[in-house]
Amino acid sequence: MSPGVPSLPAALDWDRVVSSVFVFEDYGELLSLLSSSIWAGALLGLVGGVVGTFVMMRDLAFSVHGIAELSFAGAAAALLVGADVVTGSLAGSVLAALVMALMGLRARESNSVVGVLMPFGLGLGILFLSLYQGRSANKFSLLTGQIVSVDPVQLTSMAVLSAVVLVGLSVMWRPLTFASADPLAAEAKGLPVRGISVVFMVLLGVAVAMSVQIVGALLVLALLITPAAAAMNLTASPVRIVVLSVVFAELAMVGGILLALGGSLPISPYVTTISFLLWLLSRAAATVRSRR
Amino acid sequence: MSTATRPVVSLRGAGLAFGDRVLWDGLDLDIRPGEYFAVLGGNGTGKTSFLKVLLGLLPLTTGTVEVSGEPPRRGSGRIGYVPQQRAFAASTPLRARDLVGLGVDGHRWGIRLGTRSVRRRVDELLELVGAGSYADAPVGTLSGGEQQRLRIAQAIAGDPELLLCDEALLSLDLHHQHAVSELVDEQRRRTDAAVVFVTHEINPIIEHVDRVLYLAGGRFRVGTPDEVLRGDVLSELYGTRIDVVRTGGRVVVVGHPDSSHHTHDDQEMAL
Repeated sequence: MSPGVPSLPAALDWDRVVSSVFVFEDYGELLSLLSSSIWAGALLGLVGGVVGTFVMMRDLAFSVHGIAELSFAGAAAALLVGADVVTGSLAGSVLAALVMALMGLRARESNSVVGVLMPFGLGLGILFLSLYQGRSANKFSLLTGQIVSVDPVQLTSMAVLSAVVLVGLSVMWRPLTFASADPLAAEAKGLPVRGISVVFMVLLGVAVAMSVQIVGALLVLALLITPAAAAMNLTASPVRIVVLSVVFAELAMVGGILLALGGSLPISPYVTTISFLLWLLSRAAATVRSRR
Repeated sequence: MSTATRPVVSLRGAGLAFGDRVLWDGLDLDIRPGEYFAVLGGNGTGKTSFLKVLLGLLPLTTGTVEVSGEPPRRGSGRIGYVPQQRAFAASTPLRARDLVGLGVDGHRWGIRLGTRSVRRRVDELLELVGAGSYADAPVGTLSGGEQQRLRIAQAIAGDPELLLCDEALLSLDLHHQHAVSELVDEQRRRTDAAVVFVTHEINPIIEHVDRVLYLAGGRFRVGTPDEVLRGDVLSELYGTRIDVVRTGGRVVVVGHPDSSHHTHDDQEMAL
């Protein structure tokens, strides 16, 4: 998945780790590598921030986690059979999203469906990874995020997927808001509430598959929930929520990547920590404001 | 025929059944503009289904239905709908004005452009239902009564010819029941809209109601409250002894087979 970065040894060897991370011989190439990663992070921040507001509004946090596990299974299967990992992860998450959308539309009913699908997905993924004989770095990156490495091909596919999600959400923005906030009234207004829900789940699946590439299946929530939740601590205005959520997601993603570049750790701990700190700050701000 | 005399709702030989279970059948009914029409009955008698038929969400099994002279279609701008009060989660990311705004353009595709005209209309509607003081408050922080005012503002955004209310007073306290019921009636008088109010408890709206449709066990009665809410009429409808007591302008039905369903709050005298 990451041709630009040498694979890590299985056993911990600090000298090798450090020397394999700080590669300055071909600086021009590293820079182009770095800029793709930052662009990918920026795209992901934008998509995650926007999608997250609807995930929160529809109370789908648990579903996001479930979709991510099946996305992981899809990616692991692709790795095993030598197919494209992005395609595998996309297939897994869209399939999971569709099953959830068709089997249980509202949060309450769908929780059990998600609870059933999630361990199954995770188990499948672990099976595929155990059977996979390739590089160990790839194995971990699917679950916990990768070391900075997005190649231009990956960046292109992420840009296309981002466009699909953002255009899709723009088109159904108001009906989706209506159907999420007040499904009965929306249905009475003639909106295809069920169809809207299914389409949203597919777009959510795409967003999750993108996130799995960078932050890993287990940490997708840091991108798809935390920024939106932090934004909602600060305001109830839908426009301001989306703007703040995107700003927080960008801070976490791009900030996380920039920090991760300097060390030997994957991006994900940086992203999740920044994301969490922003949420804590927003929470504190909300508490202070409500005391006044 | 001019719109002034054309019925807003017209049913002919209308029947609705789910499989073998007939909810109602042979219903002939015209609801005029400005009429306040209540649909009463216990759970599972097809009250809400009646509204769904008018909304075009459910086809009749037999007979015909017209709303404003046309077969009902989904998303008609001529109908406003106030759903049952269900509290919004505290974290719902909408302000009062955003909820009302959904009634103005929430059914349109795409992102809202031309925010000024929407904003003006929303402000008007908020004033109309007396919600101006909490226009910018998050809906999740508002009381059930306040939320229901907003739902009414949302429903009347398009000045509908027909206002459908589905148990719109449920779980409100008596004070708010009265206030919300007044709002519905004000809109009826101002715009001459017909109101169809589905409820299992007529008392909060009884002063406004012109006619009722009473559904029970596959049968029904239509008439003024005085004609229908009588011991002999309801006894015949239910096939068992029912007493109706009128006290202080309220109607109390005693011996009602459905009454076990209505152990609700302060509504021990529920229909």
